[in-house]
Amino acid sequence: MKNKSLVSINDFSRDEMIQILDIAEDFERQPHQNLLQGRVIASLFFEPSTRTRLSFESAIHQLGGTVIGFSSTAGTSVQKGESLKDTITMVASYSDLIVMRNPIDGSARYASEVSKVPIINAGDGANQHPTQCMLDLYSIRKTQGTLENLEVTFVGDLKYGRTVHSLVTALSKFNTKFNLVSPVELKLPSAYKRYIKEAKLEYNQYTELNEVIPQSDIIYMTRVQRERFPDPIEYEKVKNSYLLKNSMLEKAKQNCRILHPLPRVNEISTDVDDNPMAYYFQQAQNGVYVRQALIAAILGLK
Amino acid sequence: MEKRKELIVSALKNGTVIDHIPADKVFQVIKILDVENSKNQIYFGINLESKKYGSKGIVKISDKFFEDEEINKIALVAPTATLIEIEDFEVINKTNVKTPKSVEKIVKCFNPNCVTNKEEVPTRFKVLKEDDGSIKLACRYCEKNTSQDNMIFF
Repeated sequence: MKNKSLVSINDFSRDEMIQILDIAEDFERQPHQNLLQGRVIASLFFEPSTRTRLSFESAIHQLGGTVIGFSSTAGTSVQKGESLKDTITMVASYSDLIVMRNPIDGSARYASEVSKVPIINAGDGANQHPTQCMLDLYSIRKTQGTLENLEVTFVGDLKYGRTVHSLVTALSKFNTKFNLVSPVELKLPSAYKRYIKEAKLEYNQYTELNEVIPQSDIIYMTRVQRERFPDPIEYEKVKNSYLLKNSMLEKAKQNCRILHPLPRVNEISTDVDDNPMAYYFQQAQNGVYVRQALIAAILGLK
Repeated sequence: MEKRKELIVSALKNGTVIDHIPADKVFQVIKILDVENSKNQIYFGINLESKKYGSKGIVKISDKFFEDEEINKIALVAPTATLIEIEDFEVINKTNVKTPKSVEKIVKCFNPNCVTNKEEVPTRFKVLKEDDGSIKLACRYCEKNTSQDNMIFF
């Protein structure tokens, strides 16, 4: 893993994923470790992102490292028309590692090819967001004690949700049974069902959430966005079918946990927040440990 | 009959003949092989009679032999093509084109938000073969697939 860029969850083997989760567990027990003293990490956010950027920067500071970079392109050379290649080449000469969020699909892979220091992809357009996927895996393992043989229910926008795509791909390595709950307009694309089929795993598609709650170990909620529907009437018809309320969880298994990549808008009712099954805020907190683990592993410090 | 057709596009002494190209793909084949600006003599025929396909195209490039990886790229537009290598007017090798494992530079990524359409980045794809025999190109960068119907050649 040392000096390797992290661009796509598909670059990780099953064992590498587990290795990172183990390191992250160590950071959860002991978050302040002075491993990055004297190291400079560049944090390049070509588009704004609150959670991802803050959790990366928190991870770096807790490891004693220094952050340089920008949180939007306003006032940078990018706005003057500098190419991505030039920006990355320059920043690579100022830093030991680059964390990058960029709205263009595939920009992270390209950056990893032109950079002399490793790149961590913090989201490249609609394509990949591998650190989110790793923290989702961490949260699943932590709440269930294992990643193996779980029944995971994905709810909402399965067509455009990149966190769903990455997590489906990753979980296909762990003998998961998938329940895919979405409006017909937003079903999981066949390219991702292909991963499930290739792993010879079972998946079932539903349009109703209620019926799969009792059998789920994990319920992974996502936002259904109005702008995904060409016809606003279609959105109005489905928007409440994917709203999780506390009363719906009465039939859930004891070990069931609710995850959400956040920000939440209206897909989880606030009355779920106090239910012990709600795990989305801890999930976000786990992002710091996972990012510490990734940075430490890539720099060869763990 | 076969003999006369050979004469329509004159015979090669040395070089490569690409036969059974779909009639409307001849220019794409020439482009993919990047021989447009070469100094070699190139002959081509379009809308020739073909017993197998009704009509076909043919390209002959003198004094030029291709590596497999190079010539197999034309499978994207001419999966039925036959490759014939000629030395001293004799056929020394005859094979069918095979689907390549990867293609670079010749096809655009169909995703308008892909970095290859936004910055000066040459395209790179892995070739996926579907169950129905069709080909898809998986972009190394944006990871989206470009299907055969959506392939645009540079």
